[in-house]
Order: sequence, then structure tokens, then C-alpha cells
Amino acid sequence: MRRWLLLMAMAALPALATADEAALDATQESRYRALTQELRCLVCQNQNIADSNAPLAADLRNQVQAQIVAGRTDAEITRYLTDRYGDFVLYRPPFKAVTLLLWLGPALLVLLALALAWTFSRRSQRVPPAATVDPEQLKKLLDEQP
Amino acid sequence: MRFLVPVLVLVGLIVLFAVGLHHDPREVPSPLIGKPAPAFRLPLLGEEKLVSEAELKGRPLLVNFFASWCEGCQVEHPVLMKLAQEQQVEIVGMDYKDALPDITRWLQRHGNPYRKIVLDAQGTAGLDWGVYGVPETFVLNAEGVIVYKQIGPMTEDAWREKIAPLLAGARP
Repeated sequence: MRRWLLLMAMAALPALATADEAALDATQESRYRALTQELRCLVCQNQNIADSNAPLAADLRNQVQAQIVAGRTDAEITRYLTDRYGDFVLYRPPFKAVTLLLWLGPALLVLLALALAWTFSRRSQRVPPAATVDPEQLKKLLDEQP
Repeated sequence: MRFLVPVLVLVGLIVLFAVGLHHDPREVPSPLIGKPAPAFRLPLLGEEKLVSEAELKGRPLLVNFFASWCEGCQVEHPVLMKLAQEQQVEIVGMDYKDALPDITRWLQRHGNPYRKIVLDAQGTAGLDWGVYGVPETFVLNAEGVIVYKQIGPMTEDAWREKIAPLLAGARP
């Protein structure tokens, strides 16, 4: 009996998950999905607010939904969140002075790796000059052997 | 000479890791530092009237977001009690997402270090102040501008080394 109750409760979970999106039309809903997937939950930092079960994520989802219904643009909603939590809430941080290294770092590392590979390959191509053998000396050396 | 590049790379990595390991990713820098306290209109515990952020101006103070259900708040509570008893600073409590009977019982049990307690039952002020996990403590100067944010429990070290010097400069 208890197992059946649990199963029924689990079957009802997806309905709960979409309940708070009910008030949105199709375009609004796709905006809602896109936004909540791009916003980071500050409690469990490796989840977006769409996936997180933290109460704060639920609050932020409600905010996003309410502001979409109120007719605010995506940029305005993002601004609302960065004003409070900083760029950290964005999974896609903006390109500015403090994030320069973050955006350009990988390209710089690739350039560095290419430069190193080039210098190393040139170094290994350099063939050492062939040893010159002086026949006289060789003979002397061989004769010295006991 | 031929070891110069590997050694430089190694030193660079060590510096990078040393910085990275001492950096707590859970401490998200607040964009509110240097800005006036965000607006709110909320009830006070034990009083009929609503208060706003205007109440926070005129003297330096701590705005401490806490809750009866919060573990870290019990950890920091003795520190806040001591600050209040020694009259080091005024502390305003922001009771975050809490129920009235719970918070009343909690204060009876642990003591009340707060001059005033604002009831943020829905967490709306918490949202506007960028709170993402109680306890969090904002340090306000006499102009009502946020000068520092302590994320997680208040400690005597944080008070002595970071907050007290800031407030010493902010006192009118």
C-alpha cells in the first residue's frame, strides 16, 4: 500500500515541475526555459536555476516568470539578477576587462602550445654534424688494444 | 639554462594553484558593495508599523540576515550577542523566510542581540539584497551605504580584522 502511494506521488512530480509555468504562452515559455537554463543557482553552484531544487532557485524561477508576464525583456531580467548577485549568476559571463583572461585565456594557451611545439620540432630537426674520422688516429687507437 | 622554461611553467602553476586553493568559490562577491542599502517595506517584530531602508541611516550598523531554521546562525549567535553586550555596534536583524512562533521561541532560547528585527517572511528583501544563504551580514556606514558583506557566520576574527576597522573610519 505504502509503495503504491509512493509511486503515485512520484508520477505526480512532473506535473508539479511544470505547474509554475502554466501562466505562460508558448513564446514566453521558451524564453523562460532559455533564461532559467542560462542562470546559475547560487546555492548549488554547478546547477542552473531550471534544474536546482534549492528554495532560492525556486524564488529566482518565480521572479523570471513574473517578470516575463510583466512584459520585461530578457536583458532587463538578466540585469535585475546581476544587479543583485553579480555576473556570477550568468553561465555566459559578459566580455569585459575583468573577464578578458577568461575569454582569451584558452586561445592564448593554444598559441603558447603551438609556439612550444614549433620550437621543439625545430630543435629535433637540427642534425648534428657527422663525426670526422682521422684514419691515423683510429689505427693508433686499435693498435693500442692489448 | 635548458631547465628555465619548465621551471618557469612550474612556478607559474604553483602560484595559480596557491591562489585558487585559497579562493572559496562559495563566497560570491556582492555587486552591492559601495551602493546604498536596497529598498524594502516590511513589518518589525513586536511592532505594528512597517519600516523601510531609511531606518538604517544615521549610524554605522550591521544588517544580519538570519533565521530560526539556520544552522550557521546558531554558530554565529554568541559572537553577535557579545558585540551587542559590549555595545560595539548596533545590529539589525532580518528574519529571513521564518515563521513568527519559531523566531520568538528561538530568540527566547538563544538571546536577542538585535536592536530591531525586520520580518522578511517571503524573502523579498533577501532577494533584493542578493542573499543566497543565511547567515549573511551587511556592514553599513552612517550614510546607509553597504561597505562590506560577511558571507556565512560572523566570527570574532572577521569583526576584529575586517569590519571594526571599516566602521572606525565610518563613524561620524
